[in-house]
Amino acid sequence: MRMDLIQPFINAADAVFAESLQGPTKIGDLSMEEGTYRRKGIAAVIAIKGDIEGRIILDLAPEVARKVAAILAGSEAADDQCARETVCELANMVIGNSVTLLNDQGYTFKVFPPEIHTSDEGLKGSADTEAMVLAIETSCGSIFLNIAMHHLARRRRERDLAPLSR
Amino acid sequence: MPQFAALLRKDSQPVRYLVVDDSVFARKNIIKMVQLFGGEIAGEAGDGLTAIAEFNRTKPDIVLMDITMPQMEGIEAVERIVRQHPAARIVMVSSVGYQENILAALQKGAKHFVQKPVKPEVLYEILRYVLSDDPTAAGAPVALAGEHRS
Repeated sequence: MRMDLIQPFINAADAVFAESLQGPTKIGDLSMEEGTYRRKGIAAVIAIKGDIEGRIILDLAPEVARKVAAILAGSEAADDQCARETVCELANMVIGNSVTLLNDQGYTFKVFPPEIHTSDEGLKGSADTEAMVLAIETSCGSIFLNIAMHHLARRRRERDLAPLSR
Repeated sequence: MPQFAALLRKDSQPVRYLVVDDSVFARKNIIKMVQLFGGEIAGEAGDGLTAIAEFNRTKPDIVLMDITMPQMEGIEAVERIVRQHPAARIVMVSSVGYQENILAALQKGAKHFVQKPVKPEVLYEILRYVLSDDPTAAGAPVALAGEHRS
C-alpha cells in the first residue's frame, strides 16, 4: 500500500483526536495485515469509492469508547449507545478530513456514511488489498485505525496502458 | 467551553436553527453550540429529505446542514430548499471539506461552509457573518459582537 495514500489518514486522525479530546496524541506502531479484521470493541466502517476504493475501520475498546464519548458529550459517563454514535462521528471526521487532503492531491472519490461493524466475524478487505493498522495513543486509551484501500483496477489499467498509446 | 455574546434576530428574538446531520451525536454537539450562542432549535433532521420537510414546517432562520447523509445528501437538499425559498440561509457543516464539495454547495445556494470537528469560535463567527446579511437579524449581534470570553 502506498504511503502517500496512508499519510493523510494518519495526519487527519492525529489532528481530529487532538482537537476533539483537547489533549496530546501519539502515533503508535504501524503494521500491515492480511486476511480478515477482527474488531477489538466498538468499530465503525466507512466505505470509499472512486479513484481509490476500500474501507476504513475505526475501532475502540468499549471502555475507551465510553471515555471518549463522555468527554465529547461533556458528561461524566456515557452509555454504549452514545459510545457507538461517538465512534461513528469520529470515523466520519477522520475520513472526511483525510479525503479532503487526498482530494488536494488530485484524487476524487465518494465517501459513504459510517456503519457500526457489529459482527464477531472478521471483515474482509478485497482480493488484492492488504490492510494497514495503526494505533493512536490518546489520554483515553488506544484508538485503532485499519485502512484497506487500492487504486481502482480500471484506473490502474488505464495508467499502465498510457505509455503504449504514445 | 468559552462563553459567547448572544446572536439575536433584529426583533431581539433568538435565532432559530434547523440542525441536519445523520449522526445524532453530531446534532447534539451542534445544538449545544448554537444554544451557547443564544439560539433556539426549530427542528432536527437526519437526512436531506427530512430536512426539506422540516424547513417547510419550521421556517428556521438558519440551517446547519451536513453533506454525507443517507437517502438524500446535503448538497441536493440545499438545492431543493433554495429553489423553493431563495432567502434560505444554509451553512454546510461537514468533515469532507474539499473544494469541489464546497463549491458545489455554494453554487446550489449555501451561504458558508465549516469543517468538522467544529470549533465553537469558528462556527460563531460564520453565523455572525451569515446573520449580518439577514434583514430579520441584527446587523451585529447584541453586545460584545465578534468577541468571546474564555
